[in-house]
Amino acid sequence: MSERAAPLVVGAGPAGMRAAQALVEAGLRPLVVDEAQASGGQIYRQPPQGDDRSADALYGSEAAKAVRLHRGFAALADRLDYWPRALLWNLRDGVADIAVGGGNRRVAYDGLILATGATDRVLPVPGWTLPGVFTLGGTQIALKAQGCAIGRRVVFIGCGPLLYLVAWQYLKAGVAVAAVLDTAPLARKLHLLRGMPLAPAIVLRGLRMAAELQLRGTAIHHGVTDIRIEGRTRVERIVWRQRGRDKSLACDGIGYGLGLRPETQLADLAGCAFRFDRRDRAWLPERDVSGRSSVPGIYLAGDGARIAGADAAERAGERAALALLEDRGLPYAASRVAALERDLARSDRVRDVLDAAFPYPAHWSRQIADDTLLCRCEEVSAGEARRAIAEFSLTELNRLKAISRIGMGRCQGRVCGAAAAELLARETAQDIAAVGRLRTQAPVKPIPFTLTTSNEPHEPRHAPAH
Amino acid sequence: MRRRIDCDVAIVGGGLVGSSAALALRGMGLTVTLLDKGFCGAQASGVNYGGVRRQGRPPEQLPLSQRAHAIWPRLKALIGHDGEFLRSGHLKLARSEADMASLEAYAIRVVGFGLGLELIGHNEARQRFGLAGDIVGASFCPGDGQANPRLVASAFAAAARRAGAEVLETAPVTGIVRRGEGFVLEAQGGIELTARSVVNSAGAWADQFAQAFGEPVPLMRTYPSMVVTEPLDPFLAVNIGMEGGGIYARQVARGNCVVGGERGLPLPDPDFSRPRGEGALAIMQRAAGLFDGLRHAHAIRFWSGTEATMPDGNPVIGPSSTTPGLVHAFGFSGAGFQIAPGVGEVLAELVRDGRTTTPIDAFSINRFNPVSSAAGDSR
Repeated sequence: MSERAAPLVVGAGPAGMRAAQALVEAGLRPLVVDEAQASGGQIYRQPPQGDDRSADALYGSEAAKAVRLHRGFAALADRLDYWPRALLWNLRDGVADIAVGGGNRRVAYDGLILATGATDRVLPVPGWTLPGVFTLGGTQIALKAQGCAIGRRVVFIGCGPLLYLVAWQYLKAGVAVAAVLDTAPLARKLHLLRGMPLAPAIVLRGLRMAAELQLRGTAIHHGVTDIRIEGRTRVERIVWRQRGRDKSLACDGIGYGLGLRPETQLADLAGCAFRFDRRDRAWLPERDVSGRSSVPGIYLAGDGARIAGADAAERAGERAALALLEDRGLPYAASRVAALERDLARSDRVRDVLDAAFPYPAHWSRQIADDTLLCRCEEVSAGEARRAIAEFSLTELNRLKAISRIGMGRCQGRVCGAAAAELLARETAQDIAAVGRLRTQAPVKPIPFTLTTSNEPHEPRHAPAH
Repeated sequence: MRRRIDCDVAIVGGGLVGSSAALALRGMGLTVTLLDKGFCGAQASGVNYGGVRRQGRPPEQLPLSQRAHAIWPRLKALIGHDGEFLRSGHLKLARSEADMASLEAYAIRVVGFGLGLELIGHNEARQRFGLAGDIVGASFCPGDGQANPRLVASAFAAAARRAGAEVLETAPVTGIVRRGEGFVLEAQGGIELTARSVVNSAGAWADQFAQAFGEPVPLMRTYPSMVVTEPLDPFLAVNIGMEGGGIYARQVARGNCVVGGERGLPLPDPDFSRPRGEGALAIMQRAAGLFDGLRHAHAIRFWSGTEATMPDGNPVIGPSSTTPGLVHAFGFSGAGFQIAPGVGEVLAELVRDGRTTTPIDAFSINRFNPVSSAAGDSR
């Protein structure tokens, strides 16, 4: 083996696991760091302790993939270093700061694969911060990891395939799913017909889920607008408009999400160039088909780079690892490259279809009421943001942050940033791309003041004991 | 698309110095154009620690500092925003007997300036201000305080705009020459500007404009490094500094604690910077040793920025030594926030009257270039 430092893989979801596997197969010993306590990412998340639920119960139609990935990654245990419950909070000049086991480890790496995944995208609606309102991802985690539901009578709101998937999973788990409120008009679902020849399994699965939901008494409403979540101390009711009429429904739990947003902070800290992506309606790190970023030695894979789903993430993870091997002058499975890239191109076309069928209601930013909280960490309302924009003649997102505190809190704009950009663009009559993007600073997530340091960067050899 | 502007005064740099000068000049009835290469208050004025502090300044800065001291409590009336200014007092800690002796010597040296310093011992520092850690004593300046840097400069610029100043953002000045009785400036976006006077308040970018008029200055860039906690229960009522440097801390009304110290590093584009990870961790550990209230805190964000620093720690303030009508004000060396509103008034007097009532001789640009024609000198 060379004297070079080990490659670092950030994230142990489908992209990170596949990347690590390909590196190991080529004889490297990567370090894999992941915030979760077990591998799998969000989609293949494992319960904190084994319970009596089968893979079928946990992962449904994706059980076979989940089992294959988990077994494959577990089989690598001796040939890589894997740090779960590890937060990579700072990156600079080939050295990563990683909070793990109560201490800070400074790790020099040679080759970095960022497979940082995605979180829910939301726009504020009245009542969105009431207890009982969860993101779709959080709603799914409660079920998958903790084996519990967010309520006894749950309503799902939003857009995207995840809306129907999580509703269906709740139904299967025996929870009363009162309704699915889809923000897109029903006519948009006609786009799915285009998806049939591309990805028949995905489309049919989605249609089956919708059919099963309706058969079991879950109402599905399309073209829903003016959503308002009501309740005194927690969720009691959901109110919306549909075809010009007001409707409401009693519920005690709400899963809400408007698609996904990539987690790009580490790519930003790593110095990657960004471009505005119309499909994800977000600034994303630039990458080529292999996953190479604008910075040599840094590779991007999975939903953290651009939303494409779990299957594409697996392939992008492997593809990025092959690029790393090639750039390092190591032998790699060149024969895999064409197949992976072909699959990725197909996933990309599927994503275009899904995006057309489940459009993000960006126009909602027009109707965010002044008294609705925009930034929940810093408790900044939409009205306060609008006043700051007017009073200080603001046109740029980082200036809006500086003046109004939006995005300055614990989440650092990961939750409210997209909404703040929409609002600023709307108020100043600019294109969404013209308002800029929030500059990332470490730490990407909160770190304790008493994190103990080790002075010298070092190469990891063994996972620290927990 | 070209745009021609004619005005009495062009101000290059919309930080707190330039913005407050713009407002003061409008108050005198002069026409003003304020140009910033980015956004007003987005550089050193907006990313500093937020200490509003006279204590610790060299005596030659204190007349100017006292002038500014009178402005801070009037911000609401002056610019329509209080800037979250809080007269909390500033407590400067001594870690050793030598540091305490140094604080005592300072108190004697500045006794005539009316800072009202109180020297206090170890026990009182602990009891009165809730400090933990090894502190020998401290010097307290009750009239000093703190404010929100993100708001103050931007609010000055907004006030100047309301008062009739032309404020042009994302308009970097690409050319500036003396012509006839005044100056001709070109700025990005097709802006051509003529002005009788020019104020160079371009912060870390001011050296290029001084150089253009044959006044090279040894300006260096430094990058502050700040750590901010999540909101915490109130435990720190005063603005904290340390004799000899190393750490400073304050807690804002919302509960967040801002802890500074160490230096950040520039990015490949040196107009941007970030704190160093190990530097921030060191500061966090030092702070947790000093305040029990921080032992279980989390850092939620860091920030940095670009500051202009002079070798002697004093700014450049005053008329150009080569070019009539040109006035400089830059290089505040990480300590410009408190005095900047006073500097704005001084600059307005210099532009209108050619002189000011506040002593500023120590800040002359001549101190670096005794022979004012040394334009060709290398730095």
